[in-house]
Amino acid sequence: MSIVRPYGDTTGDGMVQLSFTLPIRHDKRAEGAALQLAAKMGMDPAMLVHARQMGDGFTFFVVYGKVNHLVDTAKVQVVERDFPLLSAKEINAVIKRRLRRRLNVVGACIGTDAHTVGIDAILNVKGIAGEKGLEYYRELSVTNMGAQVSVPDLVETARAQKADAVLVSQVVTQRDAHLQNIRAMSAAFREALPAGRRPLLIVGGPRFDELMAGELGVDRIFGRGTTPREVASYLVHALVAAKGGAA
Amino acid sequence: MAGKLELDPRVVARARGLAARVGQPVVDLARSHTTVSVERAVLRLAGVAGADPDGIPWVNRLADAVRADVGLGHGVAVPVFHAMRTAGVEDITVLAQKAAAGSIRFAVPEKKAEVTAARRAARRATGDGLRRVDRRRAERDRLIKRWGDPPRRPWIYLIVATGDIYEDIPQAQAAARAGADVIAVIRSTGQSLLDYVPEGATREGFAGTYATQENFRLMRAALDQTSQELGRYVRLTNYASGLCMPEIAALAGLERLDMMLNDSMYGILFRDINPIRTFVDQRFSRQVHARAGIVINTGEDNYLTTADAVEAAHTVTVSQLLNEFFAHEAGLADWQLGLGHAFEINPDLPDSFRLELAHALLARELFPDAPLKWMPPTKHMTGDVFRGNLLDGFFNLAGALTGQGILLVGMMTEAVVTPWLSDRDIALQNVRYVLDGAGNLHEDFVPAPGGFIQRRARQVLGEAVELLERIVERAAGADPRAPGGPLLEAIADGTFGIMKRPADRGKGLDGVAKHEDDYYNPATEALEAAR
Repeated sequence: MSIVRPYGDTTGDGMVQLSFTLPIRHDKRAEGAALQLAAKMGMDPAMLVHARQMGDGFTFFVVYGKVNHLVDTAKVQVVERDFPLLSAKEINAVIKRRLRRRLNVVGACIGTDAHTVGIDAILNVKGIAGEKGLEYYRELSVTNMGAQVSVPDLVETARAQKADAVLVSQVVTQRDAHLQNIRAMSAAFREALPAGRRPLLIVGGPRFDELMAGELGVDRIFGRGTTPREVASYLVHALVAAKGGAA
Repeated sequence: MAGKLELDPRVVARARGLAARVGQPVVDLARSHTTVSVERAVLRLAGVAGADPDGIPWVNRLADAVRADVGLGHGVAVPVFHAMRTAGVEDITVLAQKAAAGSIRFAVPEKKAEVTAARRAARRATGDGLRRVDRRRAERDRLIKRWGDPPRRPWIYLIVATGDIYEDIPQAQAAARAGADVIAVIRSTGQSLLDYVPEGATREGFAGTYATQENFRLMRAALDQTSQELGRYVRLTNYASGLCMPEIAALAGLERLDMMLNDSMYGILFRDINPIRTFVDQRFSRQVHARAGIVINTGEDNYLTTADAVEAAHTVTVSQLLNEFFAHEAGLADWQLGLGHAFEINPDLPDSFRLELAHALLARELFPDAPLKWMPPTKHMTGDVFRGNLLDGFFNLAGALTGQGILLVGMMTEAVVTPWLSDRDIALQNVRYVLDGAGNLHEDFVPAPGGFIQRRARQVLGEAVELLERIVERAAGADPRAPGGPLLEAIADGTFGIMKRPADRGKGLDGVAKHEDDYYNPATEALEAAR
């Protein structure tokens, strides 16, 4: 079945919930305005289940209602995992057998972003959600440059470490800082290194659109909930398996 | 509420004794070094204000000029005040401007009478600055008496962070009206690594607003207005951290900020600032906070965001003990120690809430007179806002049950967006429900003798003692003349928060200088004499 609609408690009922704030005082008119917004968003009928004034001029609303929209799962565009998910043991074995040296990874948070939580979750031995980070993989040599790394420093370190892959994490998204930083980073690598010697550029962060890799000039974007094993599997897929062991 | 965990007083005393042994060499290190930022703080207290047309503060220009001529090791006070007399300049900011233009040369006077005269003038100028700090402290006491303290504990602490001080002000006032007792203005990402304090009112920042003297003044004035309207003194918090920690502490004292984030090791571990730079800056900034009547907030919560909150629970205790030692040494009283800890245990772990209670109660009983700062879950906030709101409710409950002093309000949209107006409102409803319904439950909450919570708390304390012992022992084999002693080695090894930070690396190292025999700092002299 590729056509679906939201599910409240009965197949096909189309029920959704929505919450939002309008910058007006809470009164009858405000409630009407909330319902008008819900209707324009395609909720019909819409039920206003909660309204609460906050401070002087704002009201918070919760609306439940039915939408008539259908979605076709066959027409959804996503980045599906196009590489096999391997175990740590398999990853080490493939690198050892095919690459015959350790695979070099350099990671950093660039720009003014000081949130190392993402890069640390992927790189630190500690890892995340019970999965060890890339430092734990015997056949990966990891350099974690930490936070607030400048793009020239990153390029220089990648060059010095002969990085096969560069991982960049971006958490702060104010004024699209994450997109600007990544564009600057990929441009710097294009400028500094010829195509054949450029490391694989991988970007991670909770607010990236995984479809934007091409537009940002990087090889891959990983979004929310990515685990170290997925990243390691991708590294092996892109650098070792696909290239048939070219070093 | 002492004694709920029946901690062995001998173990507690041993933990404190070890913390002192680990901490003392760091204090000795701090007493024998200075930094560019400590010297700039002295100049700020002595009255240097403003910035050049490029926005570089005159204190930076002046300190750099002195450093270029005679180095930092003598302290800037004597060369600066000697130059004022010989050049016949009355105004210290004018001297800074002339020095920046290259028309003043600095020297360390050779004649004893000249040294004495320069020291006397420096003492008088910084004394004026410290008296302004004293007046601000007295003013705070007066306003608290007039408007009153929050009606209950914990105080409710809310964060504002738009990047624009003129946007922050109405948000902070709205948060105070909605029930916040403490407003923290988060700093712009990256300020911690700036080696100068920006000037003036600022309207652009990333994920926060720059800490500047003018921004401090504007926000304090706005909150005074709101405090009067509410009949409750609303406190203001900022960050004395990063490369300019001592200067920001001085500005906080001058502008009557009430609390400052001020951790002994945070900059080292999480910002890769040089350990020696940090400890020297730390000691001076804490002395200023002590004088200004400012409550410091330490950053132990951060360890738990990088390390596992169960496995690393004892590193929080160790850090709290060290922060306490450093704070007392710098003259801070127990009521000024907002020692940090956090609700960061994986909620999927069986008994996670009981473990949280054990850890929170351990901090409460180890530091009975400190207003502990209780930090909400961040690491296990997944984007599921409904589950997040529940988790925040349990966080609030743990805070109420264990008598925490300052409660940072958790947002269900942590890890999703910077808090929306509605997120803050829902979070405050959560806090109010728990505090109204269960705020006094700590009176009834007594863990069973020998039960899970008592055993866990004792285990964490035991592990903290073991870690401190390991730090002391490992250093026994090391070079006894190595600066900073065992603690710097432990930091270099990655004992805290997993990060490895050697003493000869990190940002800001080039701004550190060893004292010469004739080092003189009139501010430190006054701050230490007053105790």
